[in-house]
Amino acid sequence: MLFGYSFGDLGSILVMQGFAGLILFSVFVLMALGLAIIFGQMGVINMAHGEFMILGAYMTFLSSHLFQTYLPSFFGIYFFVAMIVAFLVSGAAGLATEWLLIRHLYRRPLDTLLATWGLSLIMQQAFRTIFGAREVGVELPSWMMGSLNVSSSIEVQINGLFVMALTLMITGAVALLMFKSRWGLQVRAVVNNRVMSGAVGIDTRRIDRLTFGLGCGIAGVAGSAFTMIGSTSPSAGQLYIVDTFLVVVFGGAQSLLGTIASALAISQSQSTLEFFTSGSNAKVTTLLIVIGLLMLRPQGLFVLKVRK
Amino acid sequence: MFNVRGLNVAYGQSQVLHGIDMSVAQGEIVAVVGRNGMGKSTLMKSLIGVLPSRSGEISVQGTDVAGLPSHSRVKHGLAYVPQGRQIFGTMTVKENIQTGLVVTGKTEIPDEIYSLFPILAEFEKRRGGNLSGGQQQQLAIARALASDPKILLLDEPTEGIQPSIIKDIAVVLKEIRQLRNLTIVVCEQVLSFVLDVADRILVMENGRIVHSDRRDQVDEAAIAGYLAV
Repeated sequence: MLFGYSFGDLGSILVMQGFAGLILFSVFVLMALGLAIIFGQMGVINMAHGEFMILGAYMTFLSSHLFQTYLPSFFGIYFFVAMIVAFLVSGAAGLATEWLLIRHLYRRPLDTLLATWGLSLIMQQAFRTIFGAREVGVELPSWMMGSLNVSSSIEVQINGLFVMALTLMITGAVALLMFKSRWGLQVRAVVNNRVMSGAVGIDTRRIDRLTFGLGCGIAGVAGSAFTMIGSTSPSAGQLYIVDTFLVVVFGGAQSLLGTIASALAISQSQSTLEFFTSGSNAKVTTLLIVIGLLMLRPQGLFVLKVRK
Repeated sequence: MFNVRGLNVAYGQSQVLHGIDMSVAQGEIVAVVGRNGMGKSTLMKSLIGVLPSRSGEISVQGTDVAGLPSHSRVKHGLAYVPQGRQIFGTMTVKENIQTGLVVTGKTEIPDEIYSLFPILAEFEKRRGGNLSGGQQQQLAIARALASDPKILLLDEPTEGIQPSIIKDIAVVLKEIRQLRNLTIVVCEQVLSFVLDVADRILVMENGRIVHSDRRDQVDEAAIAGYLAV
């Protein structure tokens, strides 16, 4: 007996909380991927990243609405369309942001922090004006609802499994893009040495714009996934941006693997601790552990070692 | 073929290059020599465009590239091997060379490059940052050649490299010139290397070109005098 639970119960609790943590992990990973590639490539910390996620969530909400009203027979597949719409709209908004705002501030990294924070406020108000201040939720198609009973005391939700599969796919696609494509080659060169990349013939401005767009697009997909675990409201993105920063810093800003590992560690400890203590206690404990570890390893979990 | 007219470069208020004029023929190797702080690296940086020039003209086969960002200059046929090599440390040797291929639109590394630098073919999958200094220098030259340049700019290619490799580099530079009729501008402090590769030698002092000599008529003592501290 521990905390008044039997060991059998404890096992089930750990598995189910662990699974709930995995859904949170999925959202973290998708958010952090975008944030990390943008930060790694351009040194820009995108404070509006949470709002790009929420933009994706609203797009998912809109798609579900449109399908329900006009194409009810295709409602079962709306989520796939919604993801693509979320990616495209958030990505396009990202491209526009880069063109209108970020590219004028490249030599002033601290100003980008302030500018993107301002942008996040503008976007929140825009959401409030367009979609209303009330929280909205999406309706899931019937095949995504319900759960699988693994044992009598353990059940896992189907939509959670779906979100995780989605995250794995997107992470895999980003890794492929990074390490196998011509775009990825150029991004990694710019991350290594921006000035020299220009001098070997890489159009660094163009790569910046594409990277910012892609990062925001992935945030949009994260928004689609987010609609399954939380309800969408204009300021919901703010709750996630801090945690996402934590994931990026903890993982080591330039390592894909580090980002994934730290997202897993943070979401799991958060979710498990939340069950045994309270939500805020879980946050405090996670934060303390992360701060402690960062004092020991300031460069993050994973760093590439090369001769300087 | 490669002409520079009245090039002025300044860091803020302090002017470093005062109206540099220079004209290089196709297939010619020109060495710019001078002591530390005379503006050699600044000249190279402003030619490739990582440093903006205040005024003046830089033309490649008649096209003025002085106002263009560096990646467009590469497209127009300039390539740059910087001081300290500056290869992409966390990327493999092959990927480093591929970054030079971006402007050409190709993805396969031409055999010619690996036959010039066989060691790079052998270490294709190693990270650039884990190569020795001499190997990194070869990689930096290979990366520059990958963009299929008309003019190669080299900034102190012998810095921190053992004498036997310096000889190899001289051989390779002359070989490339033969192979592609490439124009080469190299700035240097090691006189023996300069005398080995150059067709013409320019001496820089305080941001001006103060002396120019053909290799066959060069007065070694005079040039050594300019280099002495």
